[in-house]
Amino acid sequence: MISKAFAVFNKDFHSELRTRYAINSLAMFVIVAISVIMFAVGQEKISEGLTGGLFWVVIFFTAMSGLARTFVSEEERGTSLTLQLVASPSAVFSGKLLFNIILVFCMNTVIALLYAALFESFVIKNYSLFFFSFVLGNIGLAISSTIIAAIISKAGAKGTLYPVLSFPILLPLILTSVQLTLFSLDGTSIEDAKFELAIVVSYDVIMLTVSYMLFDFIWKD
Amino acid sequence: MSTYSVEAIKINKTFGRRLVFNDINFRLDNPGIFGISGPNGSGKSTLVKIIAGLLSSTKGKITHKNSEKEIIPEKLHNHIGFVSPYLVLYEEFSAWENLNYLSKIRGITFDKDYAKELLERFLLYNRRNDLVKTYSSGMKQRIKFIFALIHHPELLIFDEPTSNLDDEGRELVYNIINDKSKENILIIASNDKSDLDLCTEVLDLKVSNKDF
Amino acid sequence: MIWKIILFLLISFVSIAGIAFPIVKNPQAWYEFPNIPGLEENAKIIFFHVPTAWLTLIAFLMSTVFSFKYLKNKNMDDDAKAYAAAQLGMVFCILATVTGAVWAKFAWGAFWSWDPRQTSIFALLLIYGALFALRSSIESEEKRATLSSVYSMIAFVTVPFFIFIMPRIMKGLHPGSADDTGAGPIVNFQMNSSMLFIFVLSLIGFTILYYWMWQVSYKSVIYRDKLNKNLIRG
Repeated sequence: MISKAFAVFNKDFHSELRTRYAINSLAMFVIVAISVIMFAVGQEKISEGLTGGLFWVVIFFTAMSGLARTFVSEEERGTSLTLQLVASPSAVFSGKLLFNIILVFCMNTVIALLYAALFESFVIKNYSLFFFSFVLGNIGLAISSTIIAAIISKAGAKGTLYPVLSFPILLPLILTSVQLTLFSLDGTSIEDAKFELAIVVSYDVIMLTVSYMLFDFIWKD
Repeated sequence: MSTYSVEAIKINKTFGRRLVFNDINFRLDNPGIFGISGPNGSGKSTLVKIIAGLLSSTKGKITHKNSEKEIIPEKLHNHIGFVSPYLVLYEEFSAWENLNYLSKIRGITFDKDYAKELLERFLLYNRRNDLVKTYSSGMKQRIKFIFALIHHPELLIFDEPTSNLDDEGRELVYNIINDKSKENILIIASNDKSDLDLCTEVLDLKVSNKDF
Repeated sequence: MIWKIILFLLISFVSIAGIAFPIVKNPQAWYEFPNIPGLEENAKIIFFHVPTAWLTLIAFLMSTVFSFKYLKNKNMDDDAKAYAAAQLGMVFCILATVTGAVWAKFAWGAFWSWDPRQTSIFALLLIYGALFALRSSIESEEKRATLSSVYSMIAFVTVPFFIFIMPRIMKGLHPGSADDTGAGPIVNFQMNSSMLFIFVLSLIGFTILYYWMWQVSYKSVIYRDKLNKNLIRG
């Protein structure tokens, strides 16, 4: 099962290296979104609270621009039938999820580094809390975006539909993650942020379970 | 001699409120060629997809057995070779890469010698490293057969096997069908007279007008 | 028919009683409501605002239950039921948001202040909106039914998170919430028996009204669908 999921990931990875569709659009989107924010901010000095929020604004919209690719490309090219013939639904979902998790990690690391370099008020005081919330938040983001991507790929992949469907599902995660980012910026200890971390962990676990349970219905059309 | 068997009991499929077919029953347990025919819209492709486990039926049950042991749906795809006009291989990869990646996703080791043999048989060996997007539609149709046979499946399902093929291609496909039918169960869904002439038994589907 | 008359009388009584009964310091007569500090006359919205919010949740729950049933049995009637419940849920959700916002203007001084309950109902509004956007973008009815069922079940599991997170992130102003110091939990002990009685009657009346509307609505969805396919003659 794990080796098959990895084989699906491997195929997607090599396909991505050839076409470079998701990587290119994600990279350009990060640059565009951050420069728009820089222009809007101008010479203004923005507060810690605002940078934490803006950090997740960029993450959300960047994710929405690129994470649907894994499923939409299969559906557009008509290769989802081929994939159905060689792998079980759970293997397909695991492979695609792995691909998106790695994509989200690369993308968010770049965004975090750019923020640290470009915004004066984005100074992390509690690194370990930031690291934990970053990892957990990324996993949750990848899980929800992957299952919603599967839905919109079958719905004919209307471009604007993806953020519309994802936002309410991601809202609890984003609200909590913004809070956690604020905590790590103002140096709250992990002890005090335990409740928020628990929320993100349970969000990840619940969404993962629900996604595996419902993916069969989406995948078999 | 394989001991594979497929049994369909009271298969019923509806799309929304439209009934596609109702009460389909059959049992296949000996090697041979079985045909499914019927006019456009009678549900040939839907039926073969249900047999292959790609679609679920609304009512009824399909049971696949290998040596008297029932195959669970999660593993079914490894026992089936499927060719259909809707099947598309990855165009950004070459034929060889396609076969390699797809075998790995199946969880089987890529049998290079058998792949070479099949590619030679379908006259594609010289083009094996070219990207699939550069292939003609006849070549794309032939590579689908290699994809369907590479994992030695017990049950072969060919939906319109000779579409897009010239006479030479047809000859190749008919040879393969005759070869494989000695040991395996073959199901052919087609309207082509010469395809159906190969079959020992033909299930004729009618367009249903019943809705509910 | 008899049910419709009873429903009409019930809703009429609740509307008149809820608006007309006076609020006094020390209620003596059966038709007098107590004065709740911090709410005063504004308290009367409870008879109309709370039932709409309650029905929003009931409709959401029913829509999820019928979505689950659809995925299990693939019966288009279940999809029609889920769809009708979601439509009504959307209507009541808008009503609850608007009545809440109007009340908030007088009680808190602003139409919108991102109180936990306001944020939660906003999230529900987003979920309903997304569900209809998804439905209208799919041509094939079977696909539409399956995908919207899956989506509403995914949305359903995210709802409990709001209940846990909201109070931590933002301060509650809403009567009955933990941070509310002014009015306190009114439903528990500050209402007298007559107010509680009208409140419960209003909940019952609106719930029956919802059930009736839902039945009419899902049947009309099914009939429209069948008429379009010429399965029955109009």
